[in-house]
Amino acid sequence: MILYKPLLRKVGTHLTLIIVTLIMIYPILWLFFSSFKPENLIFSTGNLLPEKWTLQNYVDGFSNGQSAQSFGPMFLHSLVISAVVVVGSLFSSSLTGFAFGRLKFSPRRFLFAFMLGTMMLPAQVVLIPQYIFFHKIGFINTFLPLMLPSFFGTVPFFIYLMVQFIRGIPQDLDEAAYIDGCNTFRLFLSVILPLTKPALIVISIFSFYWTWNDFFGQLIFLTNPHLFTIPLGLSMFLTNIGQSEWGNLFAMSILSVIPVFIVFLIFQRHLVEGIATQGRKG
Amino acid sequence: MNLNLEDSVLTPSSGVDTKVQFKKALRRNLTAYGFLTPWLIGMLFLTVGAMLFTFYLAFTNYDLISRPQWIGISNFGRIIHDINFWASIRATLIYVVISVPARIVVSLLIALLVAKDARGIGIYRSLIYLPSLLGGSVGISIGWQRLFSENGPINSLLHVIGLKGPSWLGDPRGAMLVLILLSVWQFGSEMVIFLAGLKQIPKFLYESAKIDGASVTQSFFHITLPMLSPIIFFNLVMGTISSFMVFTQVYIITEGGPMNSTLFYVLYLYQQAFQFLHMGYAAALSIILLVIIAACSGFLFLTNKYWVNYDV
Repeated sequence: MILYKPLLRKVGTHLTLIIVTLIMIYPILWLFFSSFKPENLIFSTGNLLPEKWTLQNYVDGFSNGQSAQSFGPMFLHSLVISAVVVVGSLFSSSLTGFAFGRLKFSPRRFLFAFMLGTMMLPAQVVLIPQYIFFHKIGFINTFLPLMLPSFFGTVPFFIYLMVQFIRGIPQDLDEAAYIDGCNTFRLFLSVILPLTKPALIVISIFSFYWTWNDFFGQLIFLTNPHLFTIPLGLSMFLTNIGQSEWGNLFAMSILSVIPVFIVFLIFQRHLVEGIATQGRKG
Repeated sequence: MNLNLEDSVLTPSSGVDTKVQFKKALRRNLTAYGFLTPWLIGMLFLTVGAMLFTFYLAFTNYDLISRPQWIGISNFGRIIHDINFWASIRATLIYVVISVPARIVVSLLIALLVAKDARGIGIYRSLIYLPSLLGGSVGISIGWQRLFSENGPINSLLHVIGLKGPSWLGDPRGAMLVLILLSVWQFGSEMVIFLAGLKQIPKFLYESAKIDGASVTQSFFHITLPMLSPIIFFNLVMGTISSFMVFTQVYIITEGGPMNSTLFYVLYLYQQAFQFLHMGYAAALSIILLVIIAACSGFLFLTNKYWVNYDV
């Protein structure tokens, strides 16, 4: 009896874990398997697994039936925007993070507090003037309004992450570098920056993921269907959906989350660390 | 620009020395501001400038084509009598008040479950976290909508156990529930933050509680909860702020319906600004959003001292 008890508890734990996990991923699995079902079976079968597997949904969905806007260019647009935003975020957050974390200037404390304060600012409060601004300079229906802000450090969380990380790097390195004749920029580029790789990875993941999934910004800045990104394409697809196109839409929805899923698989550990950092600032 | 003089110029020393040190301080500041330039530009124009412009716009009538027309506080006066505004306040508050605490409770319970050292626990954690990563996307929102459609799998499941599934999205309460469930489903970030917090709690606290004869439930309420209270507080504040700003899900799944029952604030703001081009009106709406969020966070910070335990 005494011997069985830990075993029983173990089995119980695993059983609970399995049930919770299944409930959690069921919606994703359903969407995934449905995308391989023939259209007429998606809503009529109670089975999760397709009785008959088909790739037709992916073929039809990708060319998006009759319309000119196929998903190929949309993928490309989303990828380009996300990639540029990653570069922009790395650029601005490393420069700013280095200044706040390493350099002495005045009023540093005030500016840092100010930066942290903007973390609480709802994006919608600044989106209307930003829209008007980009509208006036003719940037609507270009990717610029979606990409440019990242170069100016508009995500305080990234800067915060860099500052925390850079503060953890020993000061001795700076002195040694200065003695060796480095100037500040050299110190930043050759000494500090290579050491912040983990933080840079976290920033890359989050900026990629937020941009890839962003909808509001893309919705207001891009109205020309030829410039549509994945979220806009899916949304348009949903609006114009006919009777028998759910399979196509599901297939494209699955394709749309695959890049995020891959990033998750590769960088899982970094991602978790990034989120935990978010909690630590509280 | 203010210069950093704290440790240089004001120290009594010879004049030449002062001059040299002043130059040094100037240089140091210039270098730092060099690094800060991109951020400063963004801060001045994209954040502070934009904020100020929003405040100005809130007192104007502006449709993007003609010049903004100063109308004083009329926008705010109209908002108070705007039925849709109140519908959006109501919908958003219901959503926030239910989904935020629900998410915290669920994430804490699951964090306790996956904090255990079981075989393959990493895989469970990852899979449980997965919805949080994918759930905010348009793609998954579409799937979620179909999941709760009249002939969707949720209703099939209910049918199997002998219940007649409602028309979820056709019913005001059902639609709200579908959106709340989608939010609760994405508790992963909170879970990860709780997990990190659980690791910080010293083991000896539980051991000495056990020696004193405390039950598992007792040590949960007297050790775990108080020790986690700063994290609960953090999740509460961040969850509240982010829930006020929910947009994608509601735009895709319900479009605010049925009968404006899920017309969330940001969706209404979007309609006013970008569908009707009532930029001034929308600016006023966003100021009100800012005030509401500030008030809610402020309120939470005030309650802070009654239940959040910082002397860890």
